Amino acid sequence: MKIGIIGSGVVGALIARELSRYDVEVLIFEKNSDVGMGITKANSAIIHAGYDDEPGTVRAKFCVPGNRMYTDLAKELQIDLKRIGSLVLAFKEEEVRILETLYKRGEENGVEGLEIWDRDKVLSHEPNVNPEVIAALWAPTAGITEPWMVSIAAVENAVENGAKLYLETEVVGIKTTSGRIEKLITNKGEFDVDVVINAAGIYADEIAKMAQAVYVPLHPRKGEYILLDKQEFSGFVKSILFPTPSVLGKGTLVTPTVDGGILVGPTAIDLPPEREFREDTSTTFEGFESLMSKAIRMTPLIDFRTSIKTFAGLRPESPQKDFFIGRTNIVGFFNAMAMRSPGLTAAPAIAKFMVEEIQEVLGETFIAKQDFKPTRERIRHYADLPTILWDEEIKKDPLAGKMICFCNKVTEREIVQAIRKGAKTVDSIKFRTRAMFGSCQGGFCMHRIMKILARELNVDLSEIRLRSEKSVILNGKVREL
Amino acid sequence: MKKDEMVCIMCPLGCRLIVTLENDGEIIVTGNKCPRGIEYGRQEMTEPLRILTSSILVRNGDIPLVSVKTSKPIPRRLLTDIMKILKSTVVEAPVSSGDVLIKNVLDTGADIIATRNVERIKIA
Amino acid sequence: MKEQTVDVLVIGAGAAGLGAAIGAAREGVNEVFIVERDERSGGILNQCIHNGFGLHYFREELTGPEYAERVKNIVKQYPNISVKVEQYVHQIDYRRKEVVVVSAEGVTIYKPKTLVVATGARERPLGGILVPGTRPAGVFTAGVAQRFVNLENRLPGKKAIIVGSGDIGLIMARRLTLEGVEVVAVVERMAYPGGLERNIRQCLKDFNIPLYLSHTVVGIYGKERLEKVIIAQLDENFKPIPGTEKSFSVDTLVLSVGLIPQSTLFKDFLKIDPWTKGIVTSSSGRTSLNWIFAAGNCTVIYDLVDWVTEEGAVAGKFAAMYVKNNWEAAKFSVEKGQNVGILFPTWYEEGTNLNLYLRVKKPLEIGTIRVKQRNNLLYNKKHANLMPSEMINIKIPESRIGTGDITVEVVE
Repeated sequence: MKIGIIGSGVVGALIARELSRYDVEVLIFEKNSDVGMGITKANSAIIHAGYDDEPGTVRAKFCVPGNRMYTDLAKELQIDLKRIGSLVLAFKEEEVRILETLYKRGEENGVEGLEIWDRDKVLSHEPNVNPEVIAALWAPTAGITEPWMVSIAAVENAVENGAKLYLETEVVGIKTTSGRIEKLITNKGEFDVDVVINAAGIYADEIAKMAQAVYVPLHPRKGEYILLDKQEFSGFVKSILFPTPSVLGKGTLVTPTVDGGILVGPTAIDLPPEREFREDTSTTFEGFESLMSKAIRMTPLIDFRTSIKTFAGLRPESPQKDFFIGRTNIVGFFNAMAMRSPGLTAAPAIAKFMVEEIQEVLGETFIAKQDFKPTRERIRHYADLPTILWDEEIKKDPLAGKMICFCNKVTEREIVQAIRKGAKTVDSIKFRTRAMFGSCQGGFCMHRIMKILARELNVDLSEIRLRSEKSVILNGKVREL
Repeated sequence: MKKDEMVCIMCPLGCRLIVTLENDGEIIVTGNKCPRGIEYGRQEMTEPLRILTSSILVRNGDIPLVSVKTSKPIPRRLLTDIMKILKSTVVEAPVSSGDVLIKNVLDTGADIIATRNVERIKIA
Repeated sequence: MKEQTVDVLVIGAGAAGLGAAIGAAREGVNEVFIVERDERSGGILNQCIHNGFGLHYFREELTGPEYAERVKNIVKQYPNISVKVEQYVHQIDYRRKEVVVVSAEGVTIYKPKTLVVATGARERPLGGILVPGTRPAGVFTAGVAQRFVNLENRLPGKKAIIVGSGDIGLIMARRLTLEGVEVVAVVERMAYPGGLERNIRQCLKDFNIPLYLSHTVVGIYGKERLEKVIIAQLDENFKPIPGTEKSFSVDTLVLSVGLIPQSTLFKDFLKIDPWTKGIVTSSSGRTSLNWIFAAGNCTVIYDLVDWVTEEGAVAGKFAAMYVKNNWEAAKFSVEKGQNVGILFPTWYEEGTNLNLYLRVKKPLEIGTIRVKQRNNLLYNKKHANLMPSEMINIKIPESRIGTGDITVEVVE
């Protein structure tokens, strides 16, 4: 059986990895030059506890199980997961009542360990929270990760277990015969498939239309973020801080990143559904001002002068504000769409569900591979090792002692390993190794990384791209013969 | 009449000069605190002089370019023409800082000299 | 793992670190080690191929590489100085006085008697100034663009806008223009330029490059490669004025919006200025820990490399005196009075000359700089055309200084 997965964000990647446990052919189609570079790349990176979602929604069904699955997933795929807990802060009496509602909802959804904290407890745990706080909902199971790493690791693991990854391969058509999936038409040719999984993120409704399958209309909801320098601001808050939610969503949060920085965001701006807006990841003045004022309300001492990066991501929102997943009117076509928040959290549970769903619809039982390898090895970050062990590693390979990214302490060996694992662009190196992710944002090391890329890929420096083919970095020579 | 405002750079004092070129060709400098200011203002009005710094391509060097400068200030109006010459020049490594790479460029009396060492790469 | 005891360990082989090694060696210590993380010594001077260096230190106008070469030649005269490149300082245990250095040869634990920090500065990245828009390729900090053009033989693009009128930005405007890149504008959010007058004239006016003061970038456009930059005028509260937008079709944006002292490695045990991020030092270069000294752009952002080398030499000298006879002295604070924006150093130590560096808070046509110690006027002189972009250096010899706190003010 051939299963084509459209999209390699966390949802597509985890479905691919789950399917690679079985004796089926898995083909992953990704239009970008690397995996996880769409919605997955730019969001809050939160593994939500699961008290936000109203019981009865698809979100509620998958969030808590997904949250639990991350513990094993993080171990098997060697991705960073920190269960630092979240606090929903209340500054007014009526907000305390909302906390109580969330608490009850959380219990109903099966969230463990919820507590309502009084002011003193909040402030002793988080001294930088605005002292005007009166109460907070504590959820110890909430955590943070690197979403793009989930994608990268899951796809790596799936590929190791036999899946095929087609990058820069955009699905442009889907052929069906008498209500059954027949083939995928891409810019790189046609692929016969028995099953298609639509995990195409913000374009999932367009993909469904290609198959004449049911869908919900999607529009992008923009979320802007400001990242503060870990070297200047690490430890400012320990847990994920939310304001009390409103009809507009969970609100702007202040959270540590797994790397130690402080992330402020998102805004929530609904954009029209037209194609141009589905690519609109531009930040705005209004967005910055909104983020700053909201963060200052929760943590008055936050210092935006330590900002090192601003960015925006898009979430695929539907009128139902809920996931739209599973079987469709077309046999063999499955949706995993409208994966708005808590999509990242729910993704592992959805992946498991999807594998069962496919078997049920097709009336087949997949045979588990005997040689499935559930673990994936991460690129070793030498600076985390005790110095004695690091010294030994350098004796084995001197590149492990050659420092390239000075801010995040990434060695040449790590860069080379990322390239051997498939990184071809500057951004791919960045998201795999955290090089250029620090205080100087590549000021000291981008040129060195470009030279390593050129050397390892055996191309001229001018061929090195930021991300896609068109994101040319250098433009000609100063002197030429 | 032509008028130009500038800060004198002959010394760290940084006098703000007003330099006027009268119709009869006379140049009047005001705002200066010493005679060097007059000299600077006149020069800037008639024929501004600049040190040009740039690079020349090196063949078989450990780095692709050798940085260069003019050995003395040259007329500003010649910058573009001298750049053309630099762009079409190639030198062979090794190069030492201070080497004269082009003599008396465009008859200015200034040489183009290397401002860094470039080692010759060893060919295996 | 190797262990290495040394009298003076210098972190960084740029203008300050090389100066520090010279100062220490001259004072007479057994061994000075400089560890440099880059592949060559000389720091940023290597890529600053323009002239304007050395007028104070060498009494001669030099280019960056020439200046570096001169300083390196002095270093070579002292056989007890070792310069080691591609050495990365991973950790410092300030209690045990151990510095963990990583290189391709392995890990070395240095046990220095004194440490001189000369780690320089980094450029503020785009994300540091909250610019709206997309994040395409084609956005470079000035130093990165300079590195590509002057060392790697590569051009960043065809048509560029420069954001920030700091000296590196101005220098790059000229450099790119001479190499055939069209520079359409330099944009500065303040009402006055950030760089030196001389660079405004020789880098912008010479090439008719417009300078937009009180303007900022309000939009960066382009998904893959930069396509368009929109700027707008700012009101007195630094808010963009609607209707003043100007659009430039460019493929390159060069950012020159300030340098930040590289001090984070030391923030857990040295006093750091929370505003400038500079390591706080005294007139001897000593930090808040008696065995650690610091000099150069990691303490305060200087205008002239000559001053950096000079202050490096001071720190090296007193670090060596600390090695030799535990030199310490009474310490008085040097405080900012009116109109003083940046002031260096923070403390005066008895037995040293007071080498003051200051920047005014706002442009002043005429101001009197006064340095007072109790009732004693150490310095009192009128200065014309004071600009925040131009650092002022005042040297007060030790012989004129008594005891007590010192105040520096600029009277309008």
